[in-house]
Amino acid sequence: MIKEYTSVVEITGPLMVVDKVKDVAYGELVHVTLSSGEKRSGQVLEVSEDKVIVQLFEGTHGIDTKNTKVRFVGETMQLPVSEEMLGRTFNGRGQPIDGGPKIISKKRLDINGSPINPFTRHHPADFIQTGISTIDMMNTLVRGQKLPIFSGAGLPHNNLAAQIARQATVLGKQESFAVVFAAMGITNEESLFFQNEFKKTGASERVVMFLNLANDPAIERIITPRIALTTAEYLAYEKNMHVLVILTDLTNYCEALREISAARNEVPGRRGYPGYMYTDLAMLYERAGRIKGRSGSITQIPILTLPDDDITHPIPDLTGYITEGQLVLNRDLHRKGIYPPMDVLPSLSRLMNNGIGEGKTEAYHGNLSNQIYASYAKGRELRDLVAVIGEESLDDLDKLYLKFADAFENKFVKQDLTENRTIKKTLDLGWQLVSMLPKTELKRIKPEFIEKYYLKGVLGEKEGKLSKAIQVDGQGTTGMSSVSLDSSLSVQAKKKRSN
Amino acid sequence: MEAEIKGTIVKIAGPVVMAKNMKGSKMYDVVRVGKEALLGEIIQLREDKAIIQVYEDTNGVKPGEPVLNTGKPLSVELGPGMIANIYDGIARPLEEISKKAGDFITRGISIPALDRKKKWKFVPTVKKGDKVEEGQIIGTVKETDIIEHRILVPVGISGEITEINSGEMTVTDKAAVIKTSKGNENILLYQEWPVRKPRPFINKLSPETPLVTGQRVFDTFFPIAKGGTAAIPGPFGAGKTVTQHSLAKWSDADVIVYVGCGERGNEMTEVLTEFPKLIDPKSGKPLMERTVLIANTSNMPVAAREASVYTGVTIAEYFRDMGYNASIMADSTSRWAEAMREIGARLEEMPGEEGYPAYLASRLAQFYERAGPVNALSNKKGSVSIIGAVSPPGGDFSEPVTQNTLRMTKVFWALDAPLAYRRHFPAINWLTSYSLYAEELQEYFTKNVSKDFSALRNQAMALLQKDAELQEIVQLVGPDALPEHEKVVLFTSKSLKEDFLQQNAYHEVDAFCSLEKQFTMLKVILSYHGRAKEATDKGVKLAKISALKVNEKVARMKEQQDINKASKEILAEIESELSKLERESVSTLGGGKQ
Repeated sequence: MIKEYTSVVEITGPLMVVDKVKDVAYGELVHVTLSSGEKRSGQVLEVSEDKVIVQLFEGTHGIDTKNTKVRFVGETMQLPVSEEMLGRTFNGRGQPIDGGPKIISKKRLDINGSPINPFTRHHPADFIQTGISTIDMMNTLVRGQKLPIFSGAGLPHNNLAAQIARQATVLGKQESFAVVFAAMGITNEESLFFQNEFKKTGASERVVMFLNLANDPAIERIITPRIALTTAEYLAYEKNMHVLVILTDLTNYCEALREISAARNEVPGRRGYPGYMYTDLAMLYERAGRIKGRSGSITQIPILTLPDDDITHPIPDLTGYITEGQLVLNRDLHRKGIYPPMDVLPSLSRLMNNGIGEGKTEAYHGNLSNQIYASYAKGRELRDLVAVIGEESLDDLDKLYLKFADAFENKFVKQDLTENRTIKKTLDLGWQLVSMLPKTELKRIKPEFIEKYYLKGVLGEKEGKLSKAIQVDGQGTTGMSSVSLDSSLSVQAKKKRSN
Repeated sequence: MEAEIKGTIVKIAGPVVMAKNMKGSKMYDVVRVGKEALLGEIIQLREDKAIIQVYEDTNGVKPGEPVLNTGKPLSVELGPGMIANIYDGIARPLEEISKKAGDFITRGISIPALDRKKKWKFVPTVKKGDKVEEGQIIGTVKETDIIEHRILVPVGISGEITEINSGEMTVTDKAAVIKTSKGNENILLYQEWPVRKPRPFINKLSPETPLVTGQRVFDTFFPIAKGGTAAIPGPFGAGKTVTQHSLAKWSDADVIVYVGCGERGNEMTEVLTEFPKLIDPKSGKPLMERTVLIANTSNMPVAAREASVYTGVTIAEYFRDMGYNASIMADSTSRWAEAMREIGARLEEMPGEEGYPAYLASRLAQFYERAGPVNALSNKKGSVSIIGAVSPPGGDFSEPVTQNTLRMTKVFWALDAPLAYRRHFPAINWLTSYSLYAEELQEYFTKNVSKDFSALRNQAMALLQKDAELQEIVQLVGPDALPEHEKVVLFTSKSLKEDFLQQNAYHEVDAFCSLEKQFTMLKVILSYHGRAKEATDKGVKLAKISALKVNEKVARMKEQQDINKASKEILAEIESELSKLERESVSTLGGGKQ
């Protein structure tokens, strides 16, 4: 039978050492009763013949070495799962905090999951329209992808994540979907923002929330994403839903990981984070995906706030090596009032090529995206040059590139918080942009596409000179008024298409 | 036989388990841990205690459970059936695992690497009474349309053939019997080999043929030899994996072993879905028919990740011994090094640089030294080329894995984040990359491509160097301040970068570029350079040249199937356009005088 021990011999940080124990398994769940009667839980981190190291999810406050009772449950941590979890809110350990009943289910799953056999994975290839141009055109999200948002303190990553959750659809399909939201150490305010967002759109009953807020125990954060992903796996692979998992904020998760590692006196890796952080993060991120023969999917959007906006910090660095790309938010764009302040240059979607092209979006999508990337990069480089030598000493072509970069940021990147652009509109905008440049500069686009879609009139009749429409309000570096691009040119675009 | 060693677990910490009563065990013996018989390997011995790294998840394992020593080192089965298969880090077939365990990888599964039921048609090449030596070929099996699997006499066995069979048989059937000095040995279609031990050969040769990759930046500027070693370090998003995939697809090795070491699961799936559809330009057969995949994704057990590169290189050596040019792509060796670090930390070893174990450098060296062209025991020439991706934290090449790798490898393909941001792919930095094989391979290029090849390459490289210097000036004073002949350098370098170095891995024609095409393209660009310089000397403004229509044709040269026709047209057009510009410039000059 399950024995109760009172032999706690050592407590350091979030860890507790229990002596003279028998028959305890590695990874086993532990229940602890304090002398005050309070109950807590933990997990076995290391076990030797008679000694066990336990990590306590709710911290070690108030635990003594005399009266604390420790029970080893005999199994690893498991989560009861059921469809009733949809629409419910739980704490970071999976207990309901919305006043509703407990989840009672015979189905219990190990929260650590098991790795998906690479052979049985289904290669993600379904285009998701998020309604955000920078994502849809340039960093396409596909079902089953893990695509993190690299942000910084004070940047609108929450708005972006909520907008993606609200707008994401797969074109031409009506399938059951769910959102699993896991908060790790975010503020109450941020969590309310998400709750309200989901309420506003009426999606609340399709959302499962796990909240570990800033004032909740830090170590609990270690299990919050695991519980969330276990729920997601159940909904996706057993209930055939398309699940979007939002994990925020992974930086807090990694801090908790470091805290435990430090308490165990482990040899630290970079910046004090444990050497196994890569493996640990992979255990979370790799739980995204699709499986052959099952119709559900798990798409992950983890959010990371980069300490000091440093993309080489170990947390984003290791994340970037595991995830299938990254969406990077940029402070300068944010200051310019551009939402979403997405810097496309360091952003990337590795699965993009599978989700776009003929039959999915348009055959020219890849070409067009590459062209915009290359041209915008050139414009950005020229901006640095202009800062030194002044715009006067640039030739006409280079000036065009500067205009291109401005128009890109103001017309293409910038959109409203609630603006849901169709992929068609995004692609049309793309053609309007590249048509600001002479055809000879469009080396990334196949000639037949240029022939068909290049818009005359954006650039003047004589190539190399700006068209009148652009010149009129293209004086400053802030770009053009919406009149010149949106009205006059999209009309042309339509004409062209209908021909 | 020694008595079986059976110990008891005393301590578990993640993938590291300590067991007692293990006296008599040898280092690197394979053990079965716990009730579920998880696979593990002894990595440290202390008196009667053994420290074991376990290749599977240890959740739920308890002290007191048994540990059984198999007495054998970690080995792989080598025989027909490996090609087109996908294995985990310790050579368990993932397809079979999925049949047995479902969509997720569970623990304690034991499945042999080679299908025991499948029949192969064995054609002997020796006859009864023949004397055979270790490593000699005794017969063949048609494994795929591309690969003829040659059955080798296992190392350590030599003698007289007393029985030889032929026809349909499974890998465990008796193909031959050899009478050795110690008695009769049954030769099966498969053999085993310990992964940590390099397979023997007669002698190493020096590399003299290039591994043609079909990638312009590699073949022309930084070539790797068959049997050579290369490192591709780069920050995330710079295109390591796309580059490795391109190499696996298009390089002219006979056998490709692709090791996904601690990388993304979806990437392996991509290889699995894409390779069977891709056609090998050499043989016209699906690329999968020459490829062996080893997948230990980042969420699979860390100790098996450590083993996966050894499993891969052992398989490559086995094909080398049959006389093939095998090539192994390890993506990424940093994950392998990190696995060493993780295990090392659990053992509480004194760490070296950045927490990596002190033996990091020697392990990397031993691994890369398993590359090379050799005279194999079968008296055939074969080679193993190793191309290792490195994932330096924060893209900082000064970190220990990159540095220790660079000491061993002769080719350095440096991936660059700024280039990747501009979508310049492959994002290989042409200034910092190098190849030490360029000299050794010069003869091959001279003989097989053109005698001008090296000269052209050097000229192009010099231009790119000059361009880098000029760019610094441009950053300060703007391009207008440069004299015309230097503007020509910028113009040509831009063309080299955009029209030659950039290559689209997803374009139907551009994905693979033959050596001849590479040479022709380079020749066109450099002839244009010479001609443009001449023209500017005669007073033509570069701005006029850069506005010519022909530039677009130069840019689209890489998309042309028939490069000879295209290049002739382009060269003719360049000549006529520039002559025209020269005439105009002379007439305006003349007009000015009047």
